[in-house]
Amino acid sequence: MADEKAAAAKPEGGGVSRRGFMRWSLPVGWVAFSAASASSLVATARFLFPNVLFEPPQSFKAGFPSEYNVGEVDVRWKDAFGVWIVREPDQFYAIIAVCTHLGCSPNWLPAENKFKCPCHGSGFYKSGVNFEGPAPRPLERARILVADDGQILVDKSVKFQKEKGEWEKPESFLKV
Amino acid sequence: MATKPPEPFLTRTWDYITETQIWKSIFRHGMPNTNRNRALAVMTNVFLHLHPVKIRKSGVRLKFTWCMGGLTFFLFLVETFTGLLLMFYYRPTVAYAYMDIVDLAEQVPLGVMRELHRWAGHAMVISVWLHMFRVFMTGSYKPPREFNWNVGVILLVLTLLLSFTGYLLPWDQLAVWAITVGSNMARATPLLGHEGPGSQLLALGDVKMVHAGSDARFALLGGRFVGEGALLRFYVLHCVGIPLVAGILMAIHFWRVRKDGGISGPV
Repeated sequence: MADEKAAAAKPEGGGVSRRGFMRWSLPVGWVAFSAASASSLVATARFLFPNVLFEPPQSFKAGFPSEYNVGEVDVRWKDAFGVWIVREPDQFYAIIAVCTHLGCSPNWLPAENKFKCPCHGSGFYKSGVNFEGPAPRPLERARILVADDGQILVDKSVKFQKEKGEWEKPESFLKV
Repeated sequence: MATKPPEPFLTRTWDYITETQIWKSIFRHGMPNTNRNRALAVMTNVFLHLHPVKIRKSGVRLKFTWCMGGLTFFLFLVETFTGLLLMFYYRPTVAYAYMDIVDLAEQVPLGVMRELHRWAGHAMVISVWLHMFRVFMTGSYKPPREFNWNVGVILLVLTLLLSFTGYLLPWDQLAVWAITVGSNMARATPLLGHEGPGSQLLALGDVKMVHAGSDARFALLGGRFVGEGALLRFYVLHCVGIPLVAGILMAIHFWRVRKDGGISGPV
């Protein structure tokens, strides 16, 4: 019985019937349309994430260790890269100049030996630990290491947060 | 038989003009003189038909409606017009933005255009809140009007977003830091923000897929911080993106009021 119906669906001389064509083309058409629409949506979303950024690079060479004085907070890279280089007697570390309250740029006040944020008055010690104002946690440190040519290399793409215990990690400070 | 004196000059000129083909092609019918024709003249006109032919008396009870919805729409039109004029002089790049705003006040004729735009923006936010308050106090959100209330809430959010995106455009200290603080909220988005809950779930082994250079905040700002990319993106959102969406939602909002029998009509 089913064979007769299938045979009746095919016209004489081979080929495909109108019913057969519609049964095939409609699903294929809708699938193709959905695939095209979905890929357009994904392409549009991807379009919004730029590949090229006109921003300063995330890592930079900060000169030789001998160029920094012991016990000082160096501000020479703060405007260009948003990083302070701090040299203590036993180690270097690089503090990222973004206030942990709401994201403003604090300033280093050498006369008062503290970082002070102009937006809401958050205050941080030379180590980056918060002690006054609305900041909830210490300033973050950037990855710091020695490059092949002996210069200090600071990499802001890797951050270390004291409240997570990450200041113990070897890449958060530089022993010279 | 005496001939008639000629018609006055103005009448003759008017009759002549209104008989020309140009005139008749624009104004197909004469002045309506029956109530049916008057109604038809409004209903079938492309501009006039956006407003109902007749409105109920309840629509002009100002002590009831406060007219705040209408005021908000009027301010939206003021914003569109003044904003368009400002676009002739303002360039959304870090190099030019600030000085163009200064020049709009000091060099361009009628130096209050930027202020008009800003005042109308403040007034629109105030009027939209008052409108929301009025609709709440008169219970005009109750069924069958609850869908329109929700559309209105989205419109409120869009109004605030218009204020937010516009705030960045002068590119002064207030603008940069306000938007820095505001956009920092985006990095705490669940799953899509690199400092939010769940962002680690989208990592492939050790490689983080959602990080500072790829999360929702990055897409919003076009960069890792508020810079050139953020300025241009916010400009496009402010001038085109959000107004388009708001326009579509306003059409729905007004249509729903019309559908339910006009403003402040009984249920």
